[in-house]
Amino acid sequence: MNLPENAPSDEGTIDTNPFSAKSISDKSVANNVDYWKKSLNVVYIVLGFWAFISLGCGVLFRDFLDANMPNVGNAPFGFWMAQQGSIIGFLILLFLYMVLMNRIDRRHGFDEDDV
Amino acid sequence: MSQDLWNYLFIGATFAVYIFIAFRTRAATTKEYYVASGGVSPFTNGMATAADWMSAATFISMAGGIAAGGYDASRFLMGWTGGFVLLTALIVPYLRKFNKFTVTDFLGDRFYSNVARAVGVICAVFICMTYIMGQMRGVGMVFSRLFEIEIWMGVLIGAGIVFAYAGLGGMKGITYTQVAQYCVMVFAYTIPAIFVSMLLTGNVIPQFGLIGDYTKEGADAAVPLLEKLNQLNTDLGFAKYTDGSLSTLDMFCITAALMCGTAGLPHVIVRFFTVKSVKAVRKSACWTLLFIAIIYLTAPAIGAFSRTNFMAEIHDCKYSESPAWFKSWEDRGLIAWVDKNGDGVMQHQAGTAFDGKPVFETERAEGQPRVVTNALTDSPNEVYYDQDILVMANPEMANLPKWVVALVMAGCVAAALSTAAGLLLVLSTSISHDLLKKIVSPNMSDKQEVLSARIASFTFLGIAAYFGINPPSEFVAKTVAFAFGLAASSFFPTILMGIFSKRINREGAIAGMVAGIGLTLSYIVYFQFFAGHKAYWFGISPEGIGFVGMLVNFAVANIVSMMTPPPPQEIVEMVENIRTPGNAGGATH
Repeated sequence: MNLPENAPSDEGTIDTNPFSAKSISDKSVANNVDYWKKSLNVVYIVLGFWAFISLGCGVLFRDFLDANMPNVGNAPFGFWMAQQGSIIGFLILLFLYMVLMNRIDRRHGFDEDDV
Repeated sequence: MSQDLWNYLFIGATFAVYIFIAFRTRAATTKEYYVASGGVSPFTNGMATAADWMSAATFISMAGGIAAGGYDASRFLMGWTGGFVLLTALIVPYLRKFNKFTVTDFLGDRFYSNVARAVGVICAVFICMTYIMGQMRGVGMVFSRLFEIEIWMGVLIGAGIVFAYAGLGGMKGITYTQVAQYCVMVFAYTIPAIFVSMLLTGNVIPQFGLIGDYTKEGADAAVPLLEKLNQLNTDLGFAKYTDGSLSTLDMFCITAALMCGTAGLPHVIVRFFTVKSVKAVRKSACWTLLFIAIIYLTAPAIGAFSRTNFMAEIHDCKYSESPAWFKSWEDRGLIAWVDKNGDGVMQHQAGTAFDGKPVFETERAEGQPRVVTNALTDSPNEVYYDQDILVMANPEMANLPKWVVALVMAGCVAAALSTAAGLLLVLSTSISHDLLKKIVSPNMSDKQEVLSARIASFTFLGIAAYFGINPPSEFVAKTVAFAFGLAASSFFPTILMGIFSKRINREGAIAGMVAGIGLTLSYIVYFQFFAGHKAYWFGISPEGIGFVGMLVNFAVANIVSMMTPPPPQEIVEMVENIRTPGNAGGATH
């Protein structure tokens, strides 16, 4: 960018007053960006496991699991994952998601009442 | 006490409870009508969402589908629960923070365009209409069985009840009614399963019964239930129960379409607008899935049990000695038998007994089957049954006490009504709020808005009842599965991109939605009504095409967005705002 030499520029100036409006909003923008990055990580982890236990274990690798994994009760492993195991897995995942997201909320000051 | 009396008692009592609750909590303002004032507790909302979610298809058809399909039917189990992971991690917390009444509100505001809003309304109406038809059909079937009336009359009774409490009570009314309906459903579903499980496997917990031993023929003869079932299946010429007959690609696409469709269904999303905060949304989602899982983990057990029972009892049984439930379902036209080889014994084997649905010439006389006029097939199979009856007939098959049979009937009705009510709410609000208030006449008063929502729900119920009486598709479950494909190809990707991308603009979103739902709808309509053959693209059936439609939506939206100007600054700020929780507050216009 070609700015005239004496033109006032926001870029690169260091605000020394921590209570000025600009510094607070910078801080909150940085906080929001960090929050979004961390929540995306949680979402990726949850989605990874979600795809693995259902579309993976229940559909794509089903035959391999039936042949190579121990039976669950009397059911072949892949069949069991497709009919019952993945549902139990989803429940655990949602609980994990809640705990992790609530923790990120707290650390970034977004905690709320829930009732 | 006779069966009829028990039925009247249970259905009557549950209806009285629903209407009483609805009357006590009827809505007066738009905020009450649309989001029940936004202060429902996570636990209550979880229960209500579970009831809203579990439709007549879940309750009536799913276990029957599992019984018939074995492993193949896992697509329903995984699809209809796995979607909640997507819904919770990707959609509802952000839409709750957005803080409006409807899903189409989000589309209209995020994509700064009334065209996007209108396309959203059209998609919502398509999805919900497809879905609600299945519900009305389900209600009709139960009533026809219960009160020995024609299905069309049953549909009309169901429509009347739904209008009485959903049309009048709005979201506030249906929330608490759905809590009551969930309680009825969970007992109705699990109690017979427990009895049947004890009968067949000696296991009190049906989930363990499924993976346990078959002990009905004495403890000495204990073999694994699934093995017994596989053996019964192969003996009669069916495929093994634990093997699928769908191709892996088709299975993958259908499961994925059901999951993404679940995450895009407006009537489920709006239920999460009724809780107070983003944190409460997450908690509520956990409760929802827990309540759903109780029933979904029981379903595969019921499926395996009723299939075992049906094959063991019907095959090689003399018609004159057939169980009472067989004849009573024959009366309703959902079971039929043709004595092809004239030996008076029913042969239930692989293949269809005759072409299409049975057309009966006579009523059933004592000791005589109803005469079927359909063209017979060459297959040795002589028995026709509608899969949808397996759950409803289950308690009768196991000779359970009469009140259990009545309870199951009440549960079926609760399942159909709760979902129909949730859908009706989305249909009526998309007309009154999104179409009338936001597009046609913005000066409408609160009172006029609620009134128009009621008029809209009455109109839609009429249409849904018509299609419930004359269903355009074969099975209840099938009709519903299409709604998921439509949701997966329109709402899910568009909402997702609206939250997770700042670059997707108005033009991209509209083009994506139109392309996605257009492809899905035309594929379904073509193969369902016109093609007359099954030469699917890459073997992907119409049920799974929603997944392809979704990919097309993503692709088209991204390409079109890149070629057109980016969204304005205030939209980017809005997207940033919904990504962080806090100060969710009450719902506003």
